[in-house]
Amino acid sequence: MKKEMRKEYTIALVAVGLGLLAGALLMLVTGNNPILGFIYLISGGLMNIERIGNTLATATPLIFTGLSVAFAFKTGLFNIGGAGQMLIGGLCATVIGLTLNWPKPLLLTVIIIASALGGALWGLVPGWLKAKFNVHEVVCTIMMNWIAYWSVYYIIPAYFKGAYLETESRRIPEAASLKVGWLTDLFRGSYINLGFFLAIIAVVVIAYILERTTLGYELKAVGLNRYAAEYAGIQSNRNIILSMMIAGACAGLGGAAFYVGYASNMQIGVLPSQGFDGVAVSLLGANSPWGVFMAAIFFGVLHSGKGFMNAMTQVPPEIADSIIATIIYFSATSVLIEKYWGRLQKRLAEKEKTGPPLVAEEEIKEKVGGAS
Amino acid sequence: MEYVVEMLKIRKEFPGVVANDDITLQLKPGEIHALLGENGAGKSTLMSILFGLYQPDAGMIKVRGQEVKINDPNVANELGIGMVHQHFKLVHNFTVTENIMLGMEMTKGLVINHTAAAEKIRELSKRYGLNVDPDAKIEDISVGMQQRVEIMKMLYRDAEVLIFDEPTSVLTPQEINDLIGIMRNLAKEGKSIILITHKLKEIKAIADRCTVIRRGRVVGTVEVASTSEEEMARMMVGREIRFAVEKTQREAGAVVLQVENLSALNNRKVMGLKNFSLQVRAGEILGLAGVEGNGQAELVEVITGLRKAEDGRVMLKGTDITNLSVRERIRMGMSHIPSDRHKHGLILDYTLEENMILKIYDEPPYAEKGLLNRETIRKHTERVMQEFDVRSGQGSLALARSLSGGNQQKAIVGREIDIDPDLLIAVQPTRGLDVGAIEYIHKRIVEQRDKGKAVLLVSLELDEILTLSDRIAVIYNGELIGIVEAQATNEQEIGLMMAGVQRGETA
Repeated sequence: MKKEMRKEYTIALVAVGLGLLAGALLMLVTGNNPILGFIYLISGGLMNIERIGNTLATATPLIFTGLSVAFAFKTGLFNIGGAGQMLIGGLCATVIGLTLNWPKPLLLTVIIIASALGGALWGLVPGWLKAKFNVHEVVCTIMMNWIAYWSVYYIIPAYFKGAYLETESRRIPEAASLKVGWLTDLFRGSYINLGFFLAIIAVVVIAYILERTTLGYELKAVGLNRYAAEYAGIQSNRNIILSMMIAGACAGLGGAAFYVGYASNMQIGVLPSQGFDGVAVSLLGANSPWGVFMAAIFFGVLHSGKGFMNAMTQVPPEIADSIIATIIYFSATSVLIEKYWGRLQKRLAEKEKTGPPLVAEEEIKEKVGGAS
Repeated sequence: MEYVVEMLKIRKEFPGVVANDDITLQLKPGEIHALLGENGAGKSTLMSILFGLYQPDAGMIKVRGQEVKINDPNVANELGIGMVHQHFKLVHNFTVTENIMLGMEMTKGLVINHTAAAEKIRELSKRYGLNVDPDAKIEDISVGMQQRVEIMKMLYRDAEVLIFDEPTSVLTPQEINDLIGIMRNLAKEGKSIILITHKLKEIKAIADRCTVIRRGRVVGTVEVASTSEEEMARMMVGREIRFAVEKTQREAGAVVLQVENLSALNNRKVMGLKNFSLQVRAGEILGLAGVEGNGQAELVEVITGLRKAEDGRVMLKGTDITNLSVRERIRMGMSHIPSDRHKHGLILDYTLEENMILKIYDEPPYAEKGLLNRETIRKHTERVMQEFDVRSGQGSLALARSLSGGNQQKAIVGREIDIDPDLLIAVQPTRGLDVGAIEYIHKRIVEQRDKGKAVLLVSLELDEILTLSDRIAVIYNGELIGIVEAQATNEQEIGLMMAGVQRGETA
């Protein structure tokens, strides 16, 4: 178990390293100094307390959507509907924030619950269709993204039109915002908000569910081997629905953290890119809750540092995006890294005879088979 | 030239394990040489070295008297060494000819010359008595025939040395006889054969000599004709093996499982089980014999709740359970050793601990208020592992995947018996296991019967059915052909019934 984890962290680090290397090459090709570029990229994200706050605020929705993807993946489901679930979560939060006039603690509690429920509903539909009719969840969640997109497109201008622009909602009142004065002051006026702490809580809760509860045991069993789960009397359909609902709830919370935390109003006509970036975060984080947390923070640094890098050097901000894309690419092809890693270890072992344990007999048979 | 292949003093080490230690194997031309050993004894490593997948740390290989270095399988092929795999490697919607010439197509200009290839195949087929139709599609021919196509592939490539890896594990008794005939023909025509197996009966039937290896070392090479099965078994395992399971006479008790007029659809949505009735009593082992695919799987799945019954009912201890869930049936005292340990029996990427609680994970003391109790689970696992002799390198935290087949199966048997069921359904409980593990699992199954539990044993191995069962039911084409007392029958009678002949029809 421990060894597995270590392997996955190694792969993630190799992916990051290769991504940065590709970025460095790009900077060289475009005639820039990569060392300088990276210094500004990193310091842009971590230079002072305000920037650190902004980095964490940028990472917050990514933690939620990353968790969402990772959680569904544990049950063998690919939730690509993070964007729609985020939108619905954000919509619930915004609608409540603009409608109810309650004291801040109470209002925030309701907002958080509502956004989680909204996201869960957006996960429930694909989960139910998958369980009942075996409709593929990828197709279904993508469709749900567009339903969310057009729902926001209609509801915001129709009922919550902004003061100046048709394309955005009114600003939410201070009482409905996850931003709080002391935190903003602590981080010298940064965007950081309570959503970050909510994200940490979510990471802890999800890790706890997966590792310690019978629910987590069931969900993972269904994901790893549906036949064996059913043989043992685990109802895989129930677990598929539940898994999608919890995944949806995570992304829904991400919506609240983004629309009433990081931002203070809702724009129409935008599918939040964090929904899709969640897939990358989950991949890089090896689908483990704390892995997701670290991956999201890392992407947060790159996202919030790229502007500074652009301001201080001739390196275009697109380089940072390319680095992110390359890292995603390498973590998506982690199988290759793993394979190469295994071969490297084996070769070392052949030399020193202290490498990996004896390959199981059946595996050898497989190989004998594959070679003819 | 006395030997066609010589592997001399081969040594192969893996970290922490010596897989092959000073192994010498000499193959005479035209001989059938059996390689006998338990799972993990080093047979596969040795053959992988001969096939060029591993390089030996010490020792040398000679082919036709010449020392050779086999760096990869292509070299092995060029030297005329071919392998018939346990799992066939055929393209299902290709014809026999297309499959055989795949990778070395005869061409006429840019066009593949099918006729010439088919002609060569026909010729080879006749010469070795393979009886293969070059134009048939793989998906239309039987498993036994597919195996012949694999053999033909080797002959087509002019292989002189054929390695058969557990060739009979997928065949029916009749097909096994045919295969034995074919192997004799091959040997008669001058081919040399290495037969990897742990079935002593087959060795006795066809092999000339047998090399036994145990824990990476050669125990000895013997002339098969002058060595008894018991002696070979002792060489392989290193201790006495009792073939006859000790079983005392016992009166069967009350009916535990009653199946009444059960019908069910199979995966192709046609009736795979037709009007099937059966009773299993406390304190008896009822063996269900039949050739694979005759409705056994459907019957077991309906009884365990994995498949819906179209008609009829299933009663457990007098209660109608036809519409109960899998979980409810388990709670009522039904346990099930599934036929496919990788598909149903285990979650391979779960640890042994997690697999041990597969059916009880939500019951106290293993879980309370929805939280797993890791401490209790570990103790439980360690106890079952000890009791059922499950060995793993990393103890209870090892991934199920990392265990050998025998240990995986023992873990499943342990889990299922430890629930203390009233009804134990054991499907192919010893598939692919070596003699030592088989003996052990058989003992535990008989133990259940002696404790007054009902046991339904489903197996494709006639020997297993005959040694363990008190009564034997035979299924053919989804129907019950008959039930006989195990003591009042023999292999011939059951064999006929397995082919669909009703008892008393022949005289």
